[in-house]
Amino acid sequence: MTAKAMLCRCEDVTLDEVMEALEAGHQDIESVKRYTGFGTGWCQGKQCVVACARVLAKATGKAPQLPITPRPPLHPVALGVLASLGDVEEG
Amino acid sequence: MARVVVIGAGIMGLATAYNLAKRGVRDVLVVDRTYLCGGASGRNGGGVRAQFSSETNIRLMRESIAICRDFATEMKINVWFRQGGYLFLARSAERARALEENVALQNRCGLPTRMVDAAEMRKIVPELATEGVRAASFNPGDGVVFPWPFVWGYARAAEDLGVTIRPFTEVVGFETSNGRITGVRLRPTRLSPLDASDEVLPAGDATTEACDEVVICAGAWSPKVAALLGVALPNKPHRHEICATEPLKPWLGPLVADLTDGLYFSQSMRGEIVGGVAVDPVPEGINQQSSRRFLTTYSRALVGAVPVLAGVRVLRQWAGCYDLTPDGGPIVGRVADPSNLTLACGFMGHGFMMAPVMGRLLAEHVDTGVTSELFARWSLDRFARGDLVHENMIIG
Repeated sequence: MTAKAMLCRCEDVTLDEVMEALEAGHQDIESVKRYTGFGTGWCQGKQCVVACARVLAKATGKAPQLPITPRPPLHPVALGVLASLGDVEEG
Repeated sequence: MARVVVIGAGIMGLATAYNLAKRGVRDVLVVDRTYLCGGASGRNGGGVRAQFSSETNIRLMRESIAICRDFATEMKINVWFRQGGYLFLARSAERARALEENVALQNRCGLPTRMVDAAEMRKIVPELATEGVRAASFNPGDGVVFPWPFVWGYARAAEDLGVTIRPFTEVVGFETSNGRITGVRLRPTRLSPLDASDEVLPAGDATTEACDEVVICAGAWSPKVAALLGVALPNKPHRHEICATEPLKPWLGPLVADLTDGLYFSQSMRGEIVGGVAVDPVPEGINQQSSRRFLTTYSRALVGAVPVLAGVRVLRQWAGCYDLTPDGGPIVGRVADPSNLTLACGFMGHGFMMAPVMGRLLAEHVDTGVTSELFARWSLDRFARGDLVHENMIIG
C-alpha cells in the first residue's frame, strides 16, 4: 500500500494519516478513529474498519483490535421517517 | 512518586493538569480508565455558552468563552470554535418570564443577551417553526467547539510541559495514612469485546503510585472513585443521547435550545446537525448505549422545530453521561477527610464548557491550598449544611 492509499473513502482518510495518528500516540482503534475521523462518515466504518484495524495491528505488532463501537442506525435514515415511527420501550 | 495524581483524563482533568504544570508544579500524572475522549468530554455537543441563571455561572462562562477564543493560538490546534450564538426558546409565559429575568441578570454581568420576538427568531433561523414559541433569548457570543481537538490540545500542551498522561489505567484503590492519601493503586485496562456495558477488563497487575495530592475529575465515574476512599458523593450518572446527521452546507447560525422538551441542535463545522433531546426515564447507573426511543423522540422534536429537516438523514447516534447533583451545582474543592483530596465533579452536563476556566481555578486551589469564596460555596459539605446553590438553565 502506498502512503496515499485511501483507507476511509467517506472521510478521505489515507494510510499516512493513520500512521501519523499512531506516531502522535493514538495507539488504540477508538482513538485512531477519533483522531483521523475514519468510520464517522456515510458508511460508519463498514468499508474501512477492517483495513484500519489491519494497519494498526501491523504497525503496533499487537493482535488486531476490536472493531469500533457500532453506531446506529445501520444505514442513514431520514429524520422524517424516524419521527413517524411508533414508540418503543428500551430493552 | 507523583506530586499530584489527577483521576480522569477528560477535559476537566487535562485542563487542571495543564494549568498545574503551567504554574510550575512538576510530576503531575493523569490517569484514565480508557482512551482520551472516551467519557463525556468526547461525547458532548460542544456547546459553550454564558446564558445561565446564576451570576457565578455567567461570569465563569464569560471567562471560559474568552479562553476558547484564544485556544487555537495558545494550544496550536484548531478546535473549530464558531460563535453563532445560543437561541433559547420559551413556550410558556412562565418560561418567557424566567428568560427575561435571566437576560436582565446577564446584561448586568456585561453580556449582550437580548429577548427576541418571533420575527427576529425567523431572521436568525429562517427555517424555525415559531408557532407556539412565546419568546426567545439570544446571546451572539455563545458558540460551539469540536470537543475532540479541545481534549487533545490540552493533552498535548500538558505533555509538552512535562505532565504524564496514562490512558487505559484504572484506579482500584488508595493507600492512606493519618487522614491523608499516600498512594493510588493503578491497574492497566483494556476494552471488553463488543460490550457496551461499560466494563473494562484488567490487563495487568495493580501497582502503587505514591503521591502528595489527588484530584478526582472523573465525571459520572466520580462517585465510584470517591467511594474507594469512603467519601460518599450525592452525584448520579444520567445518560444523555445525541446524534449527527449527514453534512449540509452551512445554514444554521446559532445553537437552538428549548428547555421545555430539552431539544437542542446546532450545525458543526463539518456541516452535520448535531443535537439531542431529553428522554425520560433513562436506565439507572452509567450507561452509554444508544436507544431507538431517543431517535424517535429527537426526530419528532427536531422536525417539529425545523420541518424542512424531515428529509435529512441521521448518520450516527451515541450516548454519554451527565454527572448530576441534587441541587444542580458542581462539587468542587478540597474535602475534610482525606485532607489532600480535591473534587471537581457534578458539572450537570456543563463540565466541558466550564473546564477552561475551572482548570485554572482548580490548579491554583491544589497548588496553593487556598479556598476561594466560590469553592467554599461549591464544596461537598454544602449538602450537609443545607446551603444549596441554584441554576435553572440546564438543558435536558
